[in-house]
Amino acid sequence: MAKLTIDDLKRIKEETAKSTSVRDGDANIKITVHMGTCGIAAGARAVMNALMEEMAEADRHDIRIVTSGCMGMCSSEPNVTVESKETEPIVYQKMDSNRMRQVFKRHVLLGEVQTDFALAKM
Amino acid sequence: MRELSLHILDIVENGITAGADCIHIDVIESRVEDFLTIKIRDNGRGISAEKLDKLKDPFVTSRTTRRVGLGLPLLAAAAERCDGKLAVEAGTIGGTEVAATFRYSHIDRAPMGDMASTMTTLLMGNPLIDFVYTHVIDGQEFILDTRELKKELGDHSLEDPIVIHQLGESIRTSLNQLISNADKPEAREKNHGKIDD
Repeated sequence: MAKLTIDDLKRIKEETAKSTSVRDGDANIKITVHMGTCGIAAGARAVMNALMEEMAEADRHDIRIVTSGCMGMCSSEPNVTVESKETEPIVYQKMDSNRMRQVFKRHVLLGEVQTDFALAKM
Repeated sequence: MRELSLHILDIVENGITAGADCIHIDVIESRVEDFLTIKIRDNGRGISAEKLDKLKDPFVTSRTTRRVGLGLPLLAAAAERCDGKLAVEAGTIGGTEVAATFRYSHIDRAPMGDMASTMTTLLMGNPLIDFVYTHVIDGQEFILDTRELKKELGDHSLEDPIVIHQLGESIRTSLNQLISNADKPEAREKNHGKIDD
């Protein structure tokens, strides 16, 4: 039976020891990836993969990622909503992994809203 | 959908929307007996009996944002065009059980695809929900149980993107190993079906 072995787990734990220590405190930024059938079919999983890689690289602990269902705008999927305390929520449309990386680096990390990709502000 | 793993992601999201806190995903591939089964079990609020009959109708949905629901109808269509079928039942422990079968060698069967990404996506977006993912290829088994992982690594460890990323890599390696072991029956004999240890 193949399972993740204890060694695997220990290795993962060691490699991430530095970052697992701080996981409390409020999230300042919430990123929602919309994962309805429409979003998934349009490529939301690839967007999520890119986001995960960027998150792992950025090593920030005040960013929370959540998935949600369809918000009714299926034709503009994959949609991603970025909410922060300072600015109003922005819904980005027709995302792919490159767009996600740009939104993460510019909007999430630096606070510059990427109006080219935006569908709406809420 | 292009990959069966995307269907899985979609159906699991249904369970999460239904308020489940533990979801079992079973994938059984048997090349010898020529079938592939995907089972997804959740402990959410379940589906009422009258709705159960209408599940494959795309114009029946519990959602309010739009009037069509395509998740289960798409999976049903994918299964049926591969000589298989979709069965949705009330689960034994409450919740819902979705089972899709496919003829493994059918030319229209979509590839399994990137299950590791499906799992990491689920983990990333739903840190409070437990997943038990079992993948069997010709009798060779892989199990990922987040309840065990959380016990081993600490409760909040699976919220860390670096951990999830690593975990994704581990899943990918294990699944590849599973496939290559299933491809070499003589190796399996030698190790009595065990992949590691």
